Amino acid sequence: MLKIDDLRVNYGGIEAVKGITFEVPERKIVTLIGANGAGKSTTLRSIAGLVKPASGRIHLQAEDLTGLSPDKIVSKGITLVPEGRHVFPDLTVLENLKIGAYLRTDSLDHDLEWVYSLFPRLKERSWQAAGTLSGGEQQMLAVGRALMSRPKLMMMDEPSLGLAPLVVKDIFSIIKKINQQGVTILLIEQNANMALHIADLAYVLETGRITLSGTGKELLSNEAVKKAYLG
Amino acid sequence: MLAEKKSKKGAFIALCCVAVLLILVIVLENTLDPIKNTTFFTVLRKGAVYALVASSMNLLNGFTGLFSLGQAGFMLVGAYTYAILTIPAASRDSVYYLYGGSAIHFSLPELFGGGAVGLILGVLAALVLAGLVAAGVAWLIGLPVLRLKSDYLAIATLGFAEIIRAVLQWDKLGPVTNGANALKNFPTFSSFNLGSGLRLSIFVAFLLSAVCIAVILLLINSSYGRAFKAIREDEIAAEAMGINLAKHKRLSFCISSFFAGVGGGLFAMAMNMAQAKTFTTALTYEILLIVVIGGIGSISGSCIAAFLYVAASEWWLRFLDTEIILKSGFKVPLLRNGFRMVVFSVVIMIVVLFFRKGIMGDKELPDLFRKRAAKGKEGSK
Repeated sequence: MLKIDDLRVNYGGIEAVKGITFEVPERKIVTLIGANGAGKSTTLRSIAGLVKPASGRIHLQAEDLTGLSPDKIVSKGITLVPEGRHVFPDLTVLENLKIGAYLRTDSLDHDLEWVYSLFPRLKERSWQAAGTLSGGEQQMLAVGRALMSRPKLMMMDEPSLGLAPLVVKDIFSIIKKINQQGVTILLIEQNANMALHIADLAYVLETGRITLSGTGKELLSNEAVKKAYLG
Repeated sequence: MLAEKKSKKGAFIALCCVAVLLILVIVLENTLDPIKNTTFFTVLRKGAVYALVASSMNLLNGFTGLFSLGQAGFMLVGAYTYAILTIPAASRDSVYYLYGGSAIHFSLPELFGGGAVGLILGVLAALVLAGLVAAGVAWLIGLPVLRLKSDYLAIATLGFAEIIRAVLQWDKLGPVTNGANALKNFPTFSSFNLGSGLRLSIFVAFLLSAVCIAVILLLINSSYGRAFKAIREDEIAAEAMGINLAKHKRLSFCISSFFAGVGGGLFAMAMNMAQAKTFTTALTYEILLIVVIGGIGSISGSCIAAFLYVAASEWWLRFLDTEIILKSGFKVPLLRNGFRMVVFSVVIMIVVLFFRKGIMGDKELPDLFRKRAAKGKEGSK
């Protein structure tokens, strides 16, 4: 569904992504794993339109998305759950969710129900300021907010960051559930073990280049991956 | 759905409150002695104008998080647009006597046929145009300025406000702007007092201001308002959610300036004249102060603070400026011309130090009642 072709991105004066090519098939979970500074976040940010690629092409289905502004890209059906959650702290949970659907003009009731059924906790707290939620709840809100744009592809940047192991498990099982309901997922993670377990397809990114690829299971049993990322 | 019902009920109650306020204002103006209560009436008229300007500044600074200090400049543009368009053709020669008459020979109230209808339509049209011109200027200034952030934005807008003031005082523009001299003789709030003796000047000030503030409130509670708040809270997340940052910042800047422009027109009406030298940076600071005292991000706070501020500076603290000698011959120390501003500054410092979130914080009036109702329910359990 999403095709990245020889993507190069400069970030802060250095070439952070040095020509990567990969594909995200429809209705699959795809993960990019790699160490700090490998260029994972930059890749996602350039797909979302937040940074402009230096060269290369990004296609969603048959459409060329390269160089479009972030709002255009959201309206094409790609949404990003940013690293570190970035919920709007002084707005209520409900307002946060509504902002996720900002570009939509149709009725939101159905999708609100959907998000609330995925995250019952959010329904209980819908009138609470998002800043008062716990870390895990904020991550759920960030995911729920992204889902409100009714995306075809949801990109997630380090959803496990700073969360307790049990909460991480919850989040990953929900990611799987969302995927089963038809949303394609592109996930980047430092927690390679977790990510590879749920991924249909995985790519290893090292200093701006893809060095390995395969199904999640293949990579889990790959010696080099075991040594470098699974410990 | 329950929440929607509640907010509809809330809107209805708010509308009723405003209606009651407007009626009260008419009653006050027509029952109180106009000579004894001149100050009180001035405070009410000026307070209404300040409430609108403070709300417009709050929309930008409090809700969109863009710290701009250009409000006085946009008010000035609005005030001049209003004045230039409404000075009666007959008095143009006397107002512009230094420049041998005005370059503009029409007056909107007369274009609309004069009389009461002409006055109402002309003033309304001039106020809307005042807002539009201010918004247009804001759009132009916004092109370079809105790329800046926080302090830099404040400094740049401040600079542009000063430039506007200097340009409007430019001698070469004299036939239009009357140079550095005051524009006067245009319709003011008092022009709306009926010949039969019914005085409506305060009512008109309140009505115009209330309508504009209502529009600001509707905007804040719309999806645009949510986008503004999202930008204030977290630009990265807002952008990732598909909110076009540049477009929404420009929108907020222009709308805020529109209402500052309308407010400038009303300000001219309240002061009975418009002169560039009154729209200094100090005026922007006064308004900023009202916004801070009322609570950044609270429109009702801005309104309450506007009246408190105007009343304190024009009325309650006036006595500090006059020497008082008691019957025993004792001269009360410190009271003399200028002491008012000292006390006033101290009061402001106390407010800023001890009520850091202002009177209302980021809550609106109805929120306070809601909270109390909720607490009451918990108590009865």
